[in-house]
Amino acid sequence: MTIASRSLIAALAIAGLATAGSSALAAGGNEHPPAQKWTFSGPFGTYDRAQLQRGFKVYKEVCAACHGLEKVSFRNLAEAGGPGFTAGQVKTLAADYKIKDGPNESGDMFERPGRPSDRFPRPFANDEAAKASNNGAVPPDFSVIAKARTYERGFPMWAIDIVTQYQEQGVDYITGLMTGYVAPPAGVKVEDGLHWNTYFPGNKIAMANPLIGLFDDSGKASDPGFYTDGTPVTREQVARDISAFLMWAAEPKLEERKQIGAKVMLWLILLAGLLYFTKKRIWSRLEGAH
Amino acid sequence: MAEHHSSYVPSTGIERWLDARLPIIRLMHDSAVSYPVPRNLNYFWTFGAILMFMLVAQLVTGIVLAMHYTPHVDFAFNSVESIMRDVNYGWLLRYMHANGASMFFIAVYVHIARGMYYGSYKAPREVLWILGVVIFLLMMATAFMGYVLPWGQMSFWGATVITNLFSAVPVVGEAIVTWLWGGYSVDNPTLNRFFSLHYLLPFMIFGVVILHVWALHHVGQNNPAGVEVKNVAKDTMPFTPFATVKDLFAMVVFMIFFAWFVFYQPNFLGHADNYIPADPLKTPAHIVPEWYFLPFYGILRAIPDKLGGVIAMFASIAVLAFLPWLDTSKVKSGRYRPTFRIFFWIFVVVTILLGYTGSQPTDKVVLSLGGRTILDMVGFAQILTVMYFAYFFVALPLLGLFEKPKAVPASIADSVLGDSAAAHK
Amino acid sequence: MADQSMSEPNRRDFLLLATGAAGAVAAGGAVWPLISQMMPDASTIAAGAPVEVDLAPIGEGKAITLKWRGKPIFVRHRTKAEIESSRKEDSLITIDPEADSKRVKSFEGKAQDQWIVVYGSCTHLGCVPTSFAGDFGGWYCPCHGSHYDNAGRIRRGPAPKNLFIPDYAFLSGSKIRIG
Repeated sequence: MTIASRSLIAALAIAGLATAGSSALAAGGNEHPPAQKWTFSGPFGTYDRAQLQRGFKVYKEVCAACHGLEKVSFRNLAEAGGPGFTAGQVKTLAADYKIKDGPNESGDMFERPGRPSDRFPRPFANDEAAKASNNGAVPPDFSVIAKARTYERGFPMWAIDIVTQYQEQGVDYITGLMTGYVAPPAGVKVEDGLHWNTYFPGNKIAMANPLIGLFDDSGKASDPGFYTDGTPVTREQVARDISAFLMWAAEPKLEERKQIGAKVMLWLILLAGLLYFTKKRIWSRLEGAH
Repeated sequence: MAEHHSSYVPSTGIERWLDARLPIIRLMHDSAVSYPVPRNLNYFWTFGAILMFMLVAQLVTGIVLAMHYTPHVDFAFNSVESIMRDVNYGWLLRYMHANGASMFFIAVYVHIARGMYYGSYKAPREVLWILGVVIFLLMMATAFMGYVLPWGQMSFWGATVITNLFSAVPVVGEAIVTWLWGGYSVDNPTLNRFFSLHYLLPFMIFGVVILHVWALHHVGQNNPAGVEVKNVAKDTMPFTPFATVKDLFAMVVFMIFFAWFVFYQPNFLGHADNYIPADPLKTPAHIVPEWYFLPFYGILRAIPDKLGGVIAMFASIAVLAFLPWLDTSKVKSGRYRPTFRIFFWIFVVVTILLGYTGSQPTDKVVLSLGGRTILDMVGFAQILTVMYFAYFFVALPLLGLFEKPKAVPASIADSVLGDSAAAHK
Repeated sequence: MADQSMSEPNRRDFLLLATGAAGAVAAGGAVWPLISQMMPDASTIAAGAPVEVDLAPIGEGKAITLKWRGKPIFVRHRTKAEIESSRKEDSLITIDPEADSKRVKSFEGKAQDQWIVVYGSCTHLGCVPTSFAGDFGGWYCPCHGSHYDNAGRIRRGPAPKNLFIPDYAFLSGSKIRIG
């Protein structure tokens, strides 16, 4: 056991050093988005309700024109561990949407006001329609986008992440993307219909800066009252809020998961402790054991 | 063990009645209670029980997930998302199942490495070992097909790449691939059959596990000293309560590790691209299999020839089955084989590094000097592949002939007493 | 085999008991999600929210069938004659005696005798009865021959109970909410 485990640690260390060396040699590529502070990170993380509500406003008024949220239902907005809207607010909100339903008795499809049980309607009838109005690119659905985006952490960061529980690559990336629209470096030509972004893989992104309408040329909020809770409307704030909202949309059970996790962990550690002493006690019956 | 006589005594009338008709309690008693276990087993020997736990956990969560999953290209991704969002504890069951696959492989790799280090494949345990290799192969097939089911980008392109391996077979390759797909590409028929087989194979694993345990109980466990049981009274202890409680303790410790991922890092071992719905018209920039396939994927990519790569990859797994005959040493345990030990740990490092090469782009530079590339990822993988096979075909056969092993203890009891004497010094 | 004699039985017993109890709780905790997952999921529950039904389009003597929580619900607009004949037969009900007036609801203190709202599934074994059929002018179940009258009361056949009435309430003279 001891020889074996010591050797195992040595072997892993050698392997680790080797991979570290080689990845350091081969570094390069895209700039990593800066790590943000999130209320939902760590073993006891919870969402900031006000932030999710602000993020939802950004989604609804900025992103929703092109990006769907088709796996999320209106009712989710009032469920535990979410933005904390009331059931009444959600009912009113859902009724603002037109949902296709049918067929009716005469065989026709019709539109009716949304109900809390409905999912967010798609912004385009189908992918072809989405392409036609977006220069040939389909704007991705946002339901799980915060889990579908990441960036390479590289060794040894990914191994350290196991201990620190860092898993906010997706939201950090989205925040970076929202604030990463800058002028291209001198001498770089950006083709028509593409835009330069510091954090987008390959830097050339089809989506124009989506937050442009919220700010004037000097970077000041064109509508300082955009947030009704008094939060200052800055580019960074808006970027973080929409990212947090998308994290919730992708992982609505995050709070439940972490809360149950704490209990399970505690119980398993207790059980392991009890079993350890039980084992020692039972084994003390063996002759020559220690 | 073969010579182990049943110590079961039916205590009630019902038990006596049943014992005369179906001695099932006797069987359970003999194999899980009175079964003699070497006294000197270390914690690496608890991984068998941990694997049994993982198999049952995967079966149970899998059967439950199948109640909510829809194997259709239009609904698969959505049904997984509705499991995550709407089904009671669906997120827990799915994260347990997805991370459970990784845990299963972590445990099986420790189990295999333990067998290789302590020479558990040597006579009379060859069949036991080969059954283990069969289980490993079935596990790989099951895991691969399970990964396809969420129908994300990695599911789809993983399925495409791996099924295309068979197109390397001369003459009938294309026909085999079309047959596997049930179409002209990976599509709905493929998803449907993968779901069916993903449900079936674990039960086949379970069957082979029963054979594996049967073989184990027939020949008895190997142990860190690598000497066989000579005196049952002195060398062994009854499975229950001694091994049972130790296995339970180790299982719960493993569960803590498992729970860490399920509750706190549920997507750490997965790939972000698999949260993008499958798109047959667009390949992700960088396709990598799940981590547990990476060493074999590294070997596949090391060989520049298509058929050669496929053969090398399958050979790298198949070679395990021949270990009992490739290792010529009479000494079982690595504890008494100083030179073997060095080669063993080199082999472990080589396998991990092969996994690393499998995870990286092939054109990545590993070593450069003055701006000149000396070694790229493919070249690095080629060196490692040679080392991987050299362990089996050069090191093991020759070590048995030239290595001078240390003195092996006369019996398990001696080994235990020797250990405790050393510990008290 | 090794020596199995026990020392300090009390301490060992407590430890074993505590370990066993903690293990049992853990096992129970692990089993609960496996049971709970088979309960209706959140989307099913949300889709089964109460529905509002506009009665205005249903003319006298007509009936509609609507689907709620996966089951048919019959909403029947009875004629004066039907109400009267059903009332007169109150005393003839033997299988599941219930007055006609107990089969209807009221709005603002006024009985809505003309509206019968029942689950469209036979209380025998769950088939859907045919409307305006059978010997009593109500419903007839083709599976095993149960006859219901126009208030949904079982009159003849193997069914043991009258057609069940779902939770519903009048929101106005011409609108009900089911559930």
